[in-house]
Amino acid sequence: MNPKKLLIIELHVNNHPGVMSHITGLFSRRGYNMEGILCGAIGEGETSLIYLLIAEDEKLEQIILQLSKLYDVLNVKLRRDYDHKVFFDIDKLLTQQPG
Amino acid sequence: MTGAQIIVRLLEKKGIKTVAGIPGAANLHLYNALKSSKIRHILARHEQGAGFMAQGMARTTGKAGVCFTTSGPGATNLLTALADAKLDSIPIVAITGQVASAAIGTDAFQEIDTYGLTIPITKHNFLVRTVEELLTIIPEAFHIAESGRPGPVVIDIPKDIQQQSCTFEKWPEFKEISTESAVSENQAAEIAAMINSAQQPVILAGGGVNNEESAELLLQLAECNNIPVTFTMRALGAFPPDHRLSLGMIGMHGTRYANALIEEADLVIALGARFDDRATGISKNFCTKSKIIHIDIDASEINKIKKATYSLTARAEEVLRKILPLIVSDGREQWLKEIDRVKTSMPYVSAPEDSDLFHPFNIISEVVHNVPDDAIISTDVGQHQMWVAQAWPFRKPRTFISSSGLGTMGFGVPAAIGAALANPDRKVVCFSGDGSILMNIQELVTMAENNLNITVLVFNNQSLGLVKQHQELFFKKNFMATQFEAKPDFCALAKAFGIGGVDLTEAPEPARTLIEALAVKGPVLVNIPIDSSEIVLPMVKPGAPNKDMIF
Repeated sequence: MNPKKLLIIELHVNNHPGVMSHITGLFSRRGYNMEGILCGAIGEGETSLIYLLIAEDEKLEQIILQLSKLYDVLNVKLRRDYDHKVFFDIDKLLTQQPG
Repeated sequence: MTGAQIIVRLLEKKGIKTVAGIPGAANLHLYNALKSSKIRHILARHEQGAGFMAQGMARTTGKAGVCFTTSGPGATNLLTALADAKLDSIPIVAITGQVASAAIGTDAFQEIDTYGLTIPITKHNFLVRTVEELLTIIPEAFHIAESGRPGPVVIDIPKDIQQQSCTFEKWPEFKEISTESAVSENQAAEIAAMINSAQQPVILAGGGVNNEESAELLLQLAECNNIPVTFTMRALGAFPPDHRLSLGMIGMHGTRYANALIEEADLVIALGARFDDRATGISKNFCTKSKIIHIDIDASEINKIKKATYSLTARAEEVLRKILPLIVSDGREQWLKEIDRVKTSMPYVSAPEDSDLFHPFNIISEVVHNVPDDAIISTDVGQHQMWVAQAWPFRKPRTFISSSGLGTMGFGVPAAIGAALANPDRKVVCFSGDGSILMNIQELVTMAENNLNITVLVFNNQSLGLVKQHQELFFKKNFMATQFEAKPDFCALAKAFGIGGVDLTEAPEPARTLIEALAVKGPVLVNIPIDSSEIVLPMVKPGAPNKDMIF
């Protein structure tokens, strides 16, 4: 999987159990596609960073604007400088370092 | 102080006078605390009714309406009213009880994932996890509901949080809605220049200008530069429909000349509007030749459906205020002549000349002449709603309350109750149909209990008229499930619920009976027989461009 032009949306979000639903729900109900998602708490755990792997298409502007409206989303950044390995080799996550 | 007491005190501090709701196992502590408050509680008979009562208060005042429900079915019953508020940008704060924190996730009695269910249909929602959080979440919820583009907010509060106590040093402040200007001098100058240099501009007014301040400024802009104005259903009342510059309502059941003339415009100024499909038809065929200035408070509405030539994320009121001094006065004789020509060639809806009282437009006109100018009109959803939208001369903002975006049958009666509660000195008229009224008819009891000054007019054509109309026009008259076989006696129902019931069917002098019913200072239902062959025209076929109206 690679012919599509992909980029990363970096979200800085509040860290509580409902935040991920708000974000994934937005994608499903508005018919946006997401190719990958990575998330982890940062700092003291009050907030998290979420990386969304997105195909670059005409919906991108809307996606950014809709994400920016979410109350728990503190900041939205578009990133083209990323190493895609983590998304495309995700199956290797559990299969490394025998013994 | 317990969580429940904190909630009630914060509502008092916010200035909430009336709350609609229904108690149940998961909000008993809240009701216990409410008992000693001055806040008036209106007991709805279904949670959807409570939600629409909160909407009725909000739609007529611009301030957040509040409703309470319990967990599980209380919350699921509320969902339609929340979704409705979301699509029409109505500020409500719904406080739902939840099972105790420790029981969440165990499929406890009346447990439902209210948070999960309400994500897509609220502006934001909260699940409260500690009693201390109430002090930040409640003021924040009101701020979210009322600021920017308004919308519904849910606060889901587990039972144990209502019960627990906490101590704190001082009460939180409710943030003021910022009125700081987001419009720069340059932006105002650019917009004004586009308007001043346009040859054939049209203003498209949306729900974002349907408030007193914006409506006044809109009138000034239109008159100063002689710009014709069309409006969406959400903006009925924002511009006087009998004004020489009014093109009337746009869209599916709007005026033929509004739909035709906006296509001749070289500049469309969309103010607080979102190019909804009921207003624009096929959006790619809408205003193909014109430049578009799009002003909306919600950045995500810009370029969502229609690409704007110039856009600004700001309150319409603020933009209007800033550009007005820069607008030059212009007679626009030529454009206005063209407007008059098209208006004359495409007459809008009118009542038949034989003055049959039972024609929908004649009934509406009879009501117009027998209620005060500041009366509030609520509608349900269907043909009666469209007839009222077409024929009632709404001249003041917030006087027309109707489910526009979601199109919820059952809206009219409870919304009228909310409107009457928030405006005790004003007359409220609810137009409904024999289909819609059955969807929340239980709230007639609430109307009776509170002796509200509401006249409910049931346009009774013994069918689901607007759906039947679609079958007639687009499904070769293959009528299926749109004609009622059993015909309830609505007057008897009204009386059974404890309000007055009047039937015009057999009345010897129906006009007089109607006028007398409207004069009653209390709840009355009037059954009005309507010929089931009447359809709403003109009309844009769903999926067709606006210019191809059936008339």
